[in-house]
Amino acid sequence: MTANESKLDSIIDEYNAEPGSLISILQDIQAEYNYLPEESLEYVAKRLDIPRVQVFGVATFFKAFSLKPKGRQQIHVCMGTACHVRGSKKVLEELERKLEIKAGDTTPDGEFTLETVNCVGACALGPVVVENEEYHGEMTPIKVESLLNSK
Amino acid sequence: MSQNSQTPRGEMVKIMLNGAEVQADPYWSLLEVIQFYGIDIPTLCHDEGLTPYGVCRLCVVEIGSGDKTKLVASCMHPVWEGLEVRTHSNRVIKTRKTILELLIARCPSSKKLQDMAALLELKEVRFEPLNDDCILCGLCVRMCEEQMVAKAIGFAGRGTDRYITTPFDMNSEECRKCGACMYICPVCELRCQGPQADTVLCSGCINTEPVCAPDYGDAMCFMVPCLSCVKGPEDVK
Ligand code: SF4
Ligand code: SF4
Ligand code: FES
Ligand code: FES
Repeated sequence: MTANESKLDSIIDEYNAEPGSLISILQDIQAEYNYLPEESLEYVAKRLDIPRVQVFGVATFFKAFSLKPKGRQQIHVCMGTACHVRGSKKVLEELERKLEIKAGDTTPDGEFTLETVNCVGACALGPVVVENEEYHGEMTPIKVESLLNSK
Repeated sequence: MSQNSQTPRGEMVKIMLNGAEVQADPYWSLLEVIQFYGIDIPTLCHDEGLTPYGVCRLCVVEIGSGDKTKLVASCMHPVWEGLEVRTHSNRVIKTRKTILELLIARCPSSKKLQDMAALLELKEVRFEPLNDDCILCGLCVRMCEEQMVAKAIGFAGRGTDRYITTPFDMNSEECRKCGACMYICPVCELRCQGPQADTVLCSGCINTEPVCAPDYGDAMCFMVPCLSCVKGPEDVK
């Protein structure tokens, strides 16, 4: 999926092409395409009249932005302290084994993206896995199978 | 640099600089005042022609008095009436050395850092060397943007993954290959490749340097061998 200019124009115009709204604009583009296509960043820089390197800097600064296409299902494994001591590493390893990708990567069919996060604020439920904003608490390697098949 | 709205332009404030009462322009940064009075403190990410950035922290000084003192980066700090400043207190010197240690551990190959270590008489580096080629001082970015008006390079990533790059990590069409970024980079110039080229701290000059060296950095006196002038330990800096 590549960015199309009229779509980008409508996003950018919503913020009156304000350089100060760069982050909001990038957020909307990310929501639209699931990632930030390179052409879209070039286009944003041109429309907002700011240096390309500034757009690139912001796009690489925030974890919420991705320059690589993301999978339709995004799986975030919490590696925070509480989840870690309760065995989140085993859960992650199981996910890596099942999906045959490493944390940070996307499956070749574009279905899953696996990522780690540090504490999602639900420590009492640890180990926590967040799948497309849905929280799954007290995860174990055994539950991984049903998590992946649930959709 | 510091905007002090209460004081009209041209009016001076009094500050205590290392125990002496001196006049200072409240529109200057603390570093500018310190340098104006001829006190030499190390700086790294500061350059007269560029916006202060305050990231290297080498320009650290101590302000305040009694038990209410704190360390600040002087290049970013304003001056105000009654400010008390110490540029060489024990606490400052210790902190300055630790900061330099961290910077050298990151880039042991930098001549600028090694020279600074010799001047500050740094004796050891307690941190694991990273052997990186950038200390993220941002001088190149500011040089490119403010003096060359090219805006070809900038920071990307964050935290431990932060690095300097061109847009999309590709050859940048904005860059006009002027070389200013390399000229100003404190790490691009490599240290001397003398007998200890692969140690973290070369400090060859710190141990054998005669008293004259810091004052006549470029000149070589005619006494052979060098150090003939040193008669006793009191002559060695
Ligand atoms: S060489 Fe390129 S990147 Fe470096 S200062 Fe000049 S224009 Fe900027
Ligand atoms: S490349 Fe050099 S000038 Fe630029 S941030 Fe790194 S150390 Fe500083
Ligand atoms: S450590 Fe996992 S939710 Fe806090
Ligand atoms: S010179 Fe002040 S922080 Fe670098």
